[in-house]
Amino acid sequence: MQEQQHHIKLPDGSIEKQTTTLNLGPTHPATHGVFQNIVELDGERVVSAEQTVGYIHRAFEKIAERRPLYQITPLTDRMNYCSSPINNMGWHMTCEKLLKIKTPKRVDYLRVIIMELARITDHLICSSVIAVDAGAFTPFLYVMQYRELVYEIYEEICGSRLTTNMGRIGGFERNFSNTAFTKLEKFLTEYPKVLHEFESLLTRNRIFMDRTIGAGPISAERALNYGFTGPNLRAAGVDYDVRIHTPYSSYEDFEFQIPVGTTGDSYDRFLVRNREMWESLSIINQAYKKIQEFKGAEAEVYHADVPEYYLPPKEDVYTKMEALIWHFKIIMGEIDIPPGEVYFSVEGGNGELGFYLVSDGGRTPYRLHFRRPCFIYYQAYSELTKGSMLADAIITMSSLNLIAGEMDA
Amino acid sequence: MQALTNRVKQVNRSPMNFWERLYLPAILKGMTITFSHIFKKKPTINYPEEKRPFSPVFRGLHVLNRDEEGRERCTACGLCAVACPAEAITMESAERKPGETDLYREEKYAARYEINMLRCIFCGLCEEACPKDAIYLSETFTPADFTRKKFIYSKEDLLIPNPLTEAEKLAEAKGETV
Ligand code: SF4
Ligand code: SF4
Repeated sequence: MQEQQHHIKLPDGSIEKQTTTLNLGPTHPATHGVFQNIVELDGERVVSAEQTVGYIHRAFEKIAERRPLYQITPLTDRMNYCSSPINNMGWHMTCEKLLKIKTPKRVDYLRVIIMELARITDHLICSSVIAVDAGAFTPFLYVMQYRELVYEIYEEICGSRLTTNMGRIGGFERNFSNTAFTKLEKFLTEYPKVLHEFESLLTRNRIFMDRTIGAGPISAERALNYGFTGPNLRAAGVDYDVRIHTPYSSYEDFEFQIPVGTTGDSYDRFLVRNREMWESLSIINQAYKKIQEFKGAEAEVYHADVPEYYLPPKEDVYTKMEALIWHFKIIMGEIDIPPGEVYFSVEGGNGELGFYLVSDGGRTPYRLHFRRPCFIYYQAYSELTKGSMLADAIITMSSLNLIAGEMDA
Repeated sequence: MQALTNRVKQVNRSPMNFWERLYLPAILKGMTITFSHIFKKKPTINYPEEKRPFSPVFRGLHVLNRDEEGRERCTACGLCAVACPAEAITMESAERKPGETDLYREEKYAARYEINMLRCIFCGLCEEACPKDAIYLSETFTPADFTRKKFIYSKEDLLIPNPLTEAEKLAEAKGETV
């Protein structure tokens, strides 16, 4: 009789559990990337969550130890692939800090434009994916059409769309074409409308508000203890922004505000990201104006004058011996970089993206560490979701903007 | 938390008002927006029948270049292979024999030149590294295939058609109509 009651016979000595274990990931539609979450569920409530990382660890830091500086840029593309130009520029600026290269203003402004475009695409994905996870797929499709406009600008500048490998140490590989500027103007005129529409679909929609308000909140103090930065920290009410506290790439020349939230829940994170897109738009407008003010020879500057690190123009390489020699030296990575230790950080799409570079005077970094904000956010995930409903845990995950490529590096 | 800067801007997080709590107006507003999209221009294209134009600097499938006389430009200097962060390029060099001046532009040439397209990350560093204008990334994608082996492109796959003997094929490859 006893046997018939159980469909499954438990092995001898096993304890019957009161809770259910659920594997979210590594390949689960809700994780939007390759990372794992083992949640212990009591009914629909999350009792505990255990995070696992490392599924797409590609040992970038180790690979970088045997690569000349310029070959490390393609590696940084693949960290936060939603905003790879920021990673690229951050890496170039780290190298420039070590090599003591000063970039011309025009290069700085061009970089600002690209970085802010990248921030917009990054926030756009995150915000619209929160909506997707809350059950509203449509806004995501509407805004994706306009992310395409940004990708076309990238394509015009560097030749690629997602993994950009954009720019060089000292500047850009080529000047921005007129088409690139035309496309930028098109984006600047069309995008505000789309963002308005996006916001009017979601921001004050009752279902969306009910779903996100109170999901995964974090206090400012706990967020700081974990080491949160970027939009997720600002949503908790701390106005920390690398662009303002340690300005790089001439960010001190721009007027913009830091949107902050109060409770640090998913709704605050959504609002902060949306507001930041508006700020980014205004920064791009300011930078574009500043660029148009350059006249004559200044308007043609797109890289710093550093012949030891910046490749000579191709026409010279084909015809002049001197240029050919430098070309060989740079490509073969035969230029020793000065010994030293630098930390440089930029405000990435996701938070403070830091590069810690140690050089012992060789041709490659002695050690390189990427400070990846996602990795830090994910540590807090179990605290954020304890006791919440499973559906809220999913929203929390997408509103933290966890990107597997950045988490693992 | 006290503010660290004077640039703080609180996001608007006011509680729902009566109309918002009613929920129906929000639904209607949403429906109006989505409905209006029916009349908008279709943003997608019917690939592969239709293709979008790429930018002139697009980084697509590699091409090994020839000069105006149809000679291979590559001199097997190996810079592209050194620059490649994915280690996708393999080559062997050979010396040009006396009767081969119309085949190879330089005294040394690549006897074997292979790019593993599955390793390649299309970063464009090989194009940038080449001092002979011999390799560049064209404006096409790598076509799909069934076996991994087929993705190892040999020199024959990569070379552009000879402008002297295969002018038509070259024009076709460049997308020009003859
Ligand atoms: S595009 Fe980049 S990865 Fe591909 S073969 Fe050239 S250098 Fe190597
Ligand atoms: S393709 Fe260019 S870089 Fe590569 S071996 Fe030939 S000449 Fe050298």
